[in-house]
Order: sequence, then C-alpha cells, then structure tokens
Amino acid sequence: MSGERLPEGGRIDRSRPLRFTFDRIPYQGFAGDTLASALVANGIAVVARSFKYHRPRGIMGAGAEDPCGLVQLGEHGDTEPNLRATQVELYDGLVAHSINRWPSLEYDLGTLNDRFAPLFAAGFYYKTFIRPKFLWDRVWEPIIRRMAGMGHAPTAPDPDIYDHRHLHCDVVVIGGGPAGLAAAYAAGRTGARVILADEQPEFGGRLLDMPETLGERPALERVAEVVAELASMEEVRLLLRTTALGYYDHNEVVLVERRGDHFPPQERRGKVRQRMWHVRAGEVILATGAHERPLVFADNDRPGVMLASAAAAYAWRYGVLPGRKLVVLTNNDSAYRAAVVLAEAGAEIGAIVDVRAGSDGYWAQEAQRRGIPMLGGRAVVGLHGLGRVEGVEVRGLDASGVNATGARHRIECECLAVSGGFNPAVHLFCQSQGRLRFDDAIAAFVPDRAAQRQFSVGAAAGRFALADALADGAAAGAAAARTAGFGDGSAPAMPGAERRSETPLRPIWLLPGERQVGDGKAKHFVDFQNDVTAADIALAAREGFRSVEHVKRYTTTGMGTDQGKTSNVNALALLSRAVGRTIAETGTTTFRPPYVPVAFGALAGAQRDGLVDPVRVTPINSWHVTNGAVFEDVGQWKRARHYLRPGEDMERAVRRECLAVRDAVGIFDASTLGKIELRGPDAAEFLDRVYTNGFKSLGIGRCRYGLMCREDGMVFDDGVTTRLGETHYYMTTTTGGAARVLDWLEEWLQTEWTTLKVYCTSVTEDWATVTLSGPKAAQVLEALKPSFPAEPSSFPFMSVRAGRVADFPARVFRVSYTGELSYEINVPARDGRALWEAAMQVGRGIGITPYGTEAMHVLRAEKGFIVVGQETDGSVTPLDLGLEGLVSKRKDFLGRRSLRRSGMLEPQRKQLVGLLPMDPDTVLPEGAQLVRELKPKPPMAMVGHVTSSYYGARIGRSFALALVRGGRARVGETLHAPLPSGTIEAQVVAPNFYDAEGKRRDG
Amino acid sequence: MLLIRCPWCGPRDETEFRCGGEAHIQRPPDPDAISDAEWADYLFMRRNPKGPHRERWVHAQGCRRWFNVLRSTVSHEILAVYRMGEREPET
Repeated sequence: MSGERLPEGGRIDRSRPLRFTFDRIPYQGFAGDTLASALVANGIAVVARSFKYHRPRGIMGAGAEDPCGLVQLGEHGDTEPNLRATQVELYDGLVAHSINRWPSLEYDLGTLNDRFAPLFAAGFYYKTFIRPKFLWDRVWEPIIRRMAGMGHAPTAPDPDIYDHRHLHCDVVVIGGGPAGLAAAYAAGRTGARVILADEQPEFGGRLLDMPETLGERPALERVAEVVAELASMEEVRLLLRTTALGYYDHNEVVLVERRGDHFPPQERRGKVRQRMWHVRAGEVILATGAHERPLVFADNDRPGVMLASAAAAYAWRYGVLPGRKLVVLTNNDSAYRAAVVLAEAGAEIGAIVDVRAGSDGYWAQEAQRRGIPMLGGRAVVGLHGLGRVEGVEVRGLDASGVNATGARHRIECECLAVSGGFNPAVHLFCQSQGRLRFDDAIAAFVPDRAAQRQFSVGAAAGRFALADALADGAAAGAAAARTAGFGDGSAPAMPGAERRSETPLRPIWLLPGERQVGDGKAKHFVDFQNDVTAADIALAAREGFRSVEHVKRYTTTGMGTDQGKTSNVNALALLSRAVGRTIAETGTTTFRPPYVPVAFGALAGAQRDGLVDPVRVTPINSWHVTNGAVFEDVGQWKRARHYLRPGEDMERAVRRECLAVRDAVGIFDASTLGKIELRGPDAAEFLDRVYTNGFKSLGIGRCRYGLMCREDGMVFDDGVTTRLGETHYYMTTTTGGAARVLDWLEEWLQTEWTTLKVYCTSVTEDWATVTLSGPKAAQVLEALKPSFPAEPSSFPFMSVRAGRVADFPARVFRVSYTGELSYEINVPARDGRALWEAAMQVGRGIGITPYGTEAMHVLRAEKGFIVVGQETDGSVTPLDLGLEGLVSKRKDFLGRRSLRRSGMLEPQRKQLVGLLPMDPDTVLPEGAQLVRELKPKPPMAMVGHVTSSYYGARIGRSFALALVRGGRARVGETLHAPLPSGTIEAQVVAPNFYDAEGKRRDG
Repeated sequence: MLLIRCPWCGPRDETEFRCGGEAHIQRPPDPDAISDAEWADYLFMRRNPKGPHRERWVHAQGCRRWFNVLRSTVSHEILAVYRMGEREPET
C-alpha cells in the first residue's frame, strides 16, 4: 500500500496542519485526521507486527473494528498501550510507537515465528514447549511472553484526572448515525429525558464516510440541522467521543467519554480526561451500526488489504487514497459503492472481483457507467508483493465456490479492498442477554429476542438500507418515549432516502487458493488480532472440538481487545463447515464487556490514592502524630501501634511501654472500640439471645464481658456490655467488628425477632475513650478530679460511673484488658484530646506513659485474653477457647445448638493453649505450624498453629498463644515449630502467663 | 447491576444493598427438639432454583432496612419486593 493525500476533499481542516511522530520519525497530518488516516496519508503501509507470527500488518479498518493497527501512545506516565490508530484523533505533537516488534517494525526478529509456524498451531501451549519441564518456567514462558506482548504498561503514575457520573434517563440511544439520530430526535421532541452517545468526534455515523443525499440535499446538512435541534432540547444530552462499554442488568449502560484524549497531554492536565457515565435508562435504543468483515483467502493479512468501506471512508472523509490503483474483492454489492467512491476520488480501480456471477444492482450499474472493469464469478487466489500488496492473482470460481478454475490473471494494484458482508454490531445486545438469530440473507447474526427494554435499529438490526435505518430509528424513538410517558408514540416524518436495488450476497467463507489450506506457507487469517487462521479452526475441529466456546478458547479466536469484531462470523462459518453443521446450529460465542478496551484510570475514577477507602482517625490522633506514634491500620482506623523515643526501635519501645503499665501507669487511646447503645424494654432479652452468656441478671451500673457466636457456633465477636439503666445498655465491640456486629443485631431484630422492642444505635464516633491502666491508674484518675470516688474499694471492678472527669461529662468503666487496675474514661469526642492532655499533665510526676496497640496486645496475651480474628478465625468455638464458663446452660442463644453437634464435641479439636519456647529469648513467628513428631523434611503431621506470640517484658521471656489439637490434654508436652530458619521447641502450658490469680486488677 | 426498589427509599442501585440469601427460613423455635441433621439443614442447606427465588436484601448503604425480593435467577428480573412479615404478593 502506498497511500497518499488527495489534493482536496475530505472533512479535514487543511489550514491546520498537525505534527506527529511514529516510531520517532516526524510526519504531518491535519486536524480532523485520525492517527490511522494520517499514517495512510504518509504512505506508511506497516503499522504493527502481528501477535503471534509477527507478520507485518497495516491499517485494515477505519473504526472500532480495525483488528491490527494497535499502537502505543505517549510516553512516560502518559503512555497507553494497544490503542487503535483508527480511533486516535490526531493532535499536534502526538507521539506514537508501534508495538510487538524487536528491534524495529521493518526488521522484526519475531518473524522467525512465522517460519516455525507449526510450533504455534492452535493450542500450541498444550503441545509444544512442554518438555523438558524445567525449561517452561525459565525459558519458554518468558520468551513467549516477550514475543507475544502487546505494548507496555506505564510504569509511572497516571497524571490525568478521571471521574464517574451517574445518570437516569428515559431513553438512551447508543450510536449517532442515521438510525440513532432519528431515534434521539423522535424521543427528544416529546420532552423525554434522552441521552445520545456516539464514539466519534461528530455525529453522522456512516453518513460521514461516504457521500449520501437525504431529500435531495447532502445528508450531512440534514445531520447538522438535527444535531442543532437536539442540542436545543432541554432534556436531551449529547455525548460525543463516548463509547458504550457495557450493557448490564436492568438497563444499565456504562459509557466512557473521552473528554481530553484529543488534546496534547499538557493541555488536558488538570481537567477530566475521561468520564465514566453510569446510565440507568427506561428504554435503550441500540443504533450501533455494523462492521464489515473480511474474506478469508491466502495471505489476506498482507499490508494493503483493507476493508472496502474503510478504503472508501479514507478517500471521502479524510481525503486519503490508500493506493493509487486498487482492486476490489467482494461477495456483495456494498463494495461496488466503495469502488465508485474511490474512483470518484481519483483512484484507478483495476477491477471489481466478485465471487458471485456479477451484480446488476444500482451500484454495479454506477460502476459500469464509470468503466470500472468487473470480473464476476472470480476470486483472488493469491497476492503479489512481500511486505505489501503489489498485485493480485485472479482465477475463476466454480459453482460450488470451493475450487478455482481457468487461467490465472494478474492485476497490479497497491491496495486490495475487500468486502465479505457486514456483521451487525450486536455486542451490547448480547451483553444484555438478548438472543441472536442467523439471518441467511445477510449471512450474519441479528438481534432476535431482547431480554431487556430495548430496541435494535438500523444496521445494528441487520437493516442496512438508509431508509430502513431512518424509519426504524424514528419508530423506536417514539415508542420508547411513549413507554416512558412522553408523546403519543407516533414517529416523525423522515427525509426521503433513495432505495437502491441490490443483488443478494453470496456467502463464501474460504476462497480457494493455489494449494489447500494448511499445505504450504500461505496463511488464511480469520482472526487478525490473535493470529488465528482457517487451518487453526480446521485443526481444532479435527481434534474433536465442537462447542464454539471451546474452539474460541483453544484457538484464541475472538479474544483480546478485538472481541471478534471482524472475525466472529468467519470463524463460526469455518467451524460449522468443518463439523457439518449450519452456522445457526453452531451458535455464537459470548460477547463480553468492554466493547473496546478501557483505561484503568477511567474504571477507578476518583477512587485512587487516599480516596480508595475512608481513613478513620480518633479525636486524639493529632496528639499521637506529634508524639512519635507509629501507626497501624485496623480496619479503616489508624491506630498508634507504639511511640518511638529517640534512639528506640519498635522492640525497645514496646518493652518500655509494657513495663510502664505493669509498674506505674499507661495511657491508651481506645476510641476505636465499637460502641452500640441498645434501648427498649426487650433489650435484656435480646442480649440474652445474642450473647453466649446471660445478661438478664446484670444489675444497673454493672458491666459484663460477653461472647457472640454465629448460628454455627463459631466465635463472632466479643466485648463488654454495661447496663446503664432499666432498659438501656451500652455494648462495646472489637474495633474491626463494630459495623459487622451492628448489622448482625439489626438483621436478627428485623428479620427474625420482629416483636422484640429494641433500638440499636452506633455511637462509636460520639465518644473518645482514654484508658488508664496500671497500679497507679487510680492516682491519675483522682488527680483529674472525678465527680465520684475513684479508688477501687468504692468503684468496684466491672462497674460504671457517670459524672465528670477533668470537668468533662464522662462515663468511666472499670474494666481491664491488661490485667492491671484500669479505667476506661469515655468523654464526648470533642473533649477527647483535652482529656488526654489533662491526664498526661497530672500523670507526668508518676511516669504516665502512652502505650500503643502492640503493647496492649502483649499485655493482654500475657493474661491469655483472646483477640477475635487472631485467636479465632471463624472455625473456633467458645469451648475451643476454654471459655465454657461464658456459655450459658440455662437459656438459648445464637449458636448454642451448634455447640452440641458431634463435630463440636470432638476432643481432638484445636484448643487454645499457651506455649513457652525452650529458649526464652526466641519469639515464635505468628502463624507457625506446630508438629509433635519432627521429620527431616515435610510433610509432617501438623497439630496446630501459633496465633499470638510476643516477648513479655515483665515476665522476662518469650511466650505464645496457640491453637493445638486436643491441646488442653497436652499441657507439659513439647511441640516443634519447623521453620526454614530452624526448628523452635516450645512447651505447652495453660494460656495464662502473668498474675493468674487476677490480684492486680484492683491495683 | 440490578435496580432494586427498596420499600422505603424507592429504586436504588444494587451497590447500595447487600443480599442476605434465601428468604423465609425460620429459626427453629426449639433447637433442642430437633436432630443434628435438621439443625444442619436449617444452618447450611439453601435452595438454588433456576427461576423465581425469594431472597432477603438489606439497604445497607441507605435506610438499613431488611426486606424480601422475588427475583428470577435466570433473567435477574425482580418480580416483587415486599416487607418483612408481609405475604409474598401474587405474581
């Protein structure tokens, strides 16, 4: 192909030349060009190397259907792989690179793959490169991945902005060609809320690609009028450069609008580059048009072979001839029209080669009138030219269409324009679960039964005539609006479109060549993007594949970014023929979203960096930040893990904090604890049902630790619940479990125990919680001048006092998670930081020390207190934890019945135990597997695993909690933790390492 | 994505809801009176029909209320929405 720019014509702005580079070589195009049209205009025949065989490929199509012309656009953070050159609007300074070639596009070493094609036949990855096995990981796979790569992902962060919008409308029209415009107009004029989306930079669809008249006037004049009228309608939204990616349940259509892609990167900075529209429509009108399909013949992928409609579009729309001399190969009348358009633009048409006997349709007569040679009953059986088309070899075709007959006949040309008919773009229709029907008249699948509230109109419904498209669109638009309650359903009058006579298409799925398919070097491409040939389909059929879905996966036809736009029907037809079925019987593969590739940035929208997930911080957070806290994530919360002093590492900081709590007093931010208020006359009954232990007997002002199970008997959450009044309870939950527990309570109240009178309210963020813990905790509280006696003798363990602390309204709970005397002081969130600072102030003289979650964990583990989610993993019952004392025998509760199932009573279940490593300085890794019998190497029978493991500063040694099979009966035994770094031995003990009698909680 | 008509908030996107599985499974009133197998049936066994299916949904990102949905598992069409304790409407 040696394309060239015509001296005039086209919808480009010749007063606005644009510079761009392709593989670093500078070129020039014009405003209105796509990258593809500019490349063709500059005579560039080869724009890419093919996926598998690295064959040179040129531009074949003019829109979303082009399978080969994938390029890498931009550089650094802006770079984007695998964009279709046919859909990239040219801008000044555009930088494009070819992909999948090394070292260069012209001299690609990957072409060796073509030489060794038998190694890469269908399903090659099951057959070749298999032995020796070790070579696959280290040699073959890396090489194949490198060879088959399709561009490079950017390595720098995406510098652009993306967003998402949600829209509701009465009618959404996908496609702004004649049918879509008619539909939008018919619906819009009723006052209905209408969205019209088109992927191109201007409306008109196929009317942009070829000359056409409507009611005696140029069609594009009519288009401009309708678009202006639509733009003036208040409830109509027009979206250009907007592609429908997916059509989902309940008429949800997802669109991506490319708002900034046609500007140079520096000009689109700071503005939204792409916007994702989530549209929920009453009615969907699919006016998505049709894609021309190629014919399958020997070496039909050679650069210079182009779809006939695309060749005409380049000439008419972009003022570019894909070649000075062209041959047209067709099985239908549409290519005659393309030939006429190309001839009018100045191309020499060497011949129209028609696999039918010929045509007497309107466009054939027009072609004849222009003296274009027409060769009926013939086929192209071979191509001349190595890197690009230089001529075609033509022979006769017998009546069956299977054999070539008669003499060869060579015609010189630079471009072969091919038409095998049109496939309606049924992708969205199929995504919406609509059923297709094979239409023999056009030899393509058309929409049959819609699954949702939708219409397919015009070419998308296989109705290619312009008059039909307009009539379909107008009728559907009016009907859709009426369903939504607008208008009377009557379609507006459409301008007259000429009906032109046609000779029917002749489906021939494989043209005969010099040799049989699979014999010799020639390849007959079916899927150009994935390098699948007619021989591959035949091979799959020979190997027993029958289901079209299996053949797709085995041969990879219809995959990739292309999703079978040009290849689907050809592949199905060849498979059907090979297995002796009709195409209708074979059926089609599933079309999946997205219709065209979509940038990750567009999918993510604004949900990136800090906006991916909410970050929750406590009211005291700012103090932690400025006082050396190192944070850890607990659910969405940021919690201070430990506080570093100069020269400290985490280990030393945690030991210091632990000793401060054991020996003096520590201060801890427990604000993240889940807090739920329950009110109502049935609150006590409700608590009795959700907790394993009893709550009805709890006196006012008293606290009780409770355990919750799921109905299957597994521990679900734990926490302390306090009775604040006759019918008023205050529940605390684990930090990570707060939302889960509230959901759980609501679920039971709303769906099962609907007669219980209880309200649950989350108050987690209403309170700041400051915990004072240690033998001197009471001194600190006293110094904060509480409005009630704080000493342990008059403020008993597991009770609450309401009043004032440091002059803030407060509730103080005497509960302890460290084993030391503790007060959990709750004040309104706004007072949290002031209380904290007041406590630091008064505690300074007695060594008050802030401690973080790590020290808290060490201290609680020394006491054998569990953490739900650490000691439990959804398969642990209260009995496994040794907490049978908390399991009531006098009442029913969620999960109780499950605890009696035989499997729950099995003595060899994993049970919570303590572990003391033989070496008191060695800390077992959490998660380490434990074995009784040590073997030189795995497998070894595992009897349990470590759940918590620390160095206990006050007890002066390492210790751990573990779940061990039948563990309680193994106290005294030695277990082994075999690790890559060596085996650690540990003795099984009771899970309590400090103050087993519990004397310290009262100070 | 489904469009679900919350009985309190009206039609909203599926992302605002959470599905709670098969509806109308009653907790046995006296768990002690039934066998392990019957209890396991209550706990674990759920219908997976092809066609209309009664499900519980909660408007988790909205009013937080639970309700019932009759949904076709084939077409995803929502045939009915009804509140807890209400009888399934005739369809």
